Amino acid sequence: MSAITGEQAISTQRSGLAGRISDFFWKHPHVFLAVMLAPPLLWLGIIYLGSLLALLLQSFFSIDDYSGLVNYEFTLATYGQLLNETNLDIIIRTVCMAAIVTLFSALIAFPIAYYAARYARGKWKALFYLGVMLPLWSSYLVKIYAWKLILAKEGILTWLLTKLNLLWLLDAWLSLPVIGGNSLSVSYTGTFIVFVYVWMPFMILPIQASLERVPVNLIEASSDLGSTPQQTFRHVLFPLALPGIVAGSIFTFSLTLGDYIIPQIIGSSRLFIGQAVYAQQGTAGNIPLAAAFTVVPIVIMGLYLWAARRMGAFDAL
Amino acid sequence: MTAAVLFENVSRHFGAVRAVDAVDLAVAEGEFFAMLGPSGSGKTTCLRLMAGFEQPTGGHIEIFGETAEGVPPYRRNVNTVFQDYALFPHLSILDNVAYGLMVKGVAREERRKAAEDALAMVKLPGYGTRRPGQLSGGQRQRVALARALVNKPKVLLLDEPLGALDLKLREQMQEELKTLQKSLGITFVFVTHDQGEALSMADRIAVFNEGRIQQLGTPEDVYKRPKTRFVADFVGSSNILQPEFVTQLGAGRQLASLRPEAIELTGKKDGQLSLSGIVLSRSFLGASNRITVDVSGTKLHVTSPAASPVPEEGSKVTLSFAPADLHLMEAV
Repeated sequence: MSAITGEQAISTQRSGLAGRISDFFWKHPHVFLAVMLAPPLLWLGIIYLGSLLALLLQSFFSIDDYSGLVNYEFTLATYGQLLNETNLDIIIRTVCMAAIVTLFSALIAFPIAYYAARYARGKWKALFYLGVMLPLWSSYLVKIYAWKLILAKEGILTWLLTKLNLLWLLDAWLSLPVIGGNSLSVSYTGTFIVFVYVWMPFMILPIQASLERVPVNLIEASSDLGSTPQQTFRHVLFPLALPGIVAGSIFTFSLTLGDYIIPQIIGSSRLFIGQAVYAQQGTAGNIPLAAAFTVVPIVIMGLYLWAARRMGAFDAL
Repeated sequence: MTAAVLFENVSRHFGAVRAVDAVDLAVAEGEFFAMLGPSGSGKTTCLRLMAGFEQPTGGHIEIFGETAEGVPPYRRNVNTVFQDYALFPHLSILDNVAYGLMVKGVAREERRKAAEDALAMVKLPGYGTRRPGQLSGGQRQRVALARALVNKPKVLLLDEPLGALDLKLREQMQEELKTLQKSLGITFVFVTHDQGEALSMADRIAVFNEGRIQQLGTPEDVYKRPKTRFVADFVGSSNILQPEFVTQLGAGRQLASLRPEAIELTGKKDGQLSLSGIVLSRSFLGASNRITVDVSGTKLHVTSPAASPVPEEGSKVTLSFAPADLHLMEAV
């Protein structure tokens, strides 16, 4: 008998608990799957969805204006309040900002992601990942305050433009209505720049992943069939990258809808949804209205995904 | 007549790697031209040079008399059937086939009609609404063919189009491709590593090795009169006879090739050369038997029809063949 093959054709069961568990799971793969999935499902089902439902429930209560206490009777009054002029203003402002941030993020992210997916190899690819991820490693607050310094009137940007004799350009921009202001750090433009900067990795990575999955020979086939590069982009590359763009836009859009720190530090003092939620549940103590505000992003994201699906964004999946 | 595709001293080097090295060839119009060789021999790079996916690092390429180097793929009236079909996964079969016409601005109804006709031509009528993912490998292959042919290309390039199909389907497609090529009269340039496929389908074959053409000729030429040891070995199987052995047969001191099916075991006839040897092994191949014979230290393979008697292993046999079948080759 050779030393390599064992004495028997079938070896005896491993002794001990571990061996018995292995055998048991091998015989019952569904039990194994259930054991693996139970904790995350419990988390999602109870902690996450449960609290979301509780939140939704809250939005159907109202607050007693006189006592400031929550009145636990179902009413649509809070939603009526949500749609008054001030609050609608906040919603429109936030949604517009989120839409513009998403659009520009996608425009900036696509070429970067395309380069990374198509051309970067070896150490350049590593450098790409590092470059994209590095901003995520430092504190969010540090980055925002750094931007405050960059964008401030006494900041480096003003200094640089002065040196280049281009300050008039900045002044012209700042004199524009709505998007302008006293300085970039107190204008919507500033808020926009920081949003785009902070969410950029969340747009680049999904687009890069989707572009990576587009086989090179599809691009070649398109070109072979007479497509100019623009046509290939429009008919092949863009539709196939669309799931990635949609995934990225879900990140940038919903993160902008919910953020309450960036507009507080950089921008005009006008409120965004996140700030409104923060103020309502904190100082104002109006939990029902805060809950109603948080329903807005959920509804908008739902509509967005539905529209994306209708437009065939997920056909290539 | 101008050649459909003309290569003059064409090279494509990737750094130190000479994928294609000083290749000359001329594909005639309406011809079924095969480029045969092992992987890495430069045949696919040659095809990509014709399609425009690669640009030559040296030499000159013409397609129907027009200079092709520097011309992007989308301006060449040449279409490719890709090895793994490269169908667009997000488009229906009909839109896939109509793609070339769509980007050229052909009206919707017209391109729909043309695409349906093309699908009917490859025997997939009514498959237009499906997605590539819903088709089998053989069906996808046909769609890829329809997608290329609907553009009425001047030259159709096929990059190992049958490589992923199983044997039965392969043989069927070989016949269909040949018939299609004859009826359409389009020049086909076909890349394959399967010598049987090249021999059965092509009007002419270019045998590639290490970036160069070893031999260019009709299938019969290449099979019966291989120029080099590589061609003799790669195209079919052959007994390569060393110069010393060849001199014993009364020929010059040259390398020679002797096809296994040219050797008979039925005894010497008039005008034939003969050798005697001992049977080493034999194997049954279905339509024939393959017998290995040791002739004073040189192993020779003999293919004998299944109907003829098979000698026992270790028995003494007489091998005989016509002198014309002993094909002398250049060195190497």
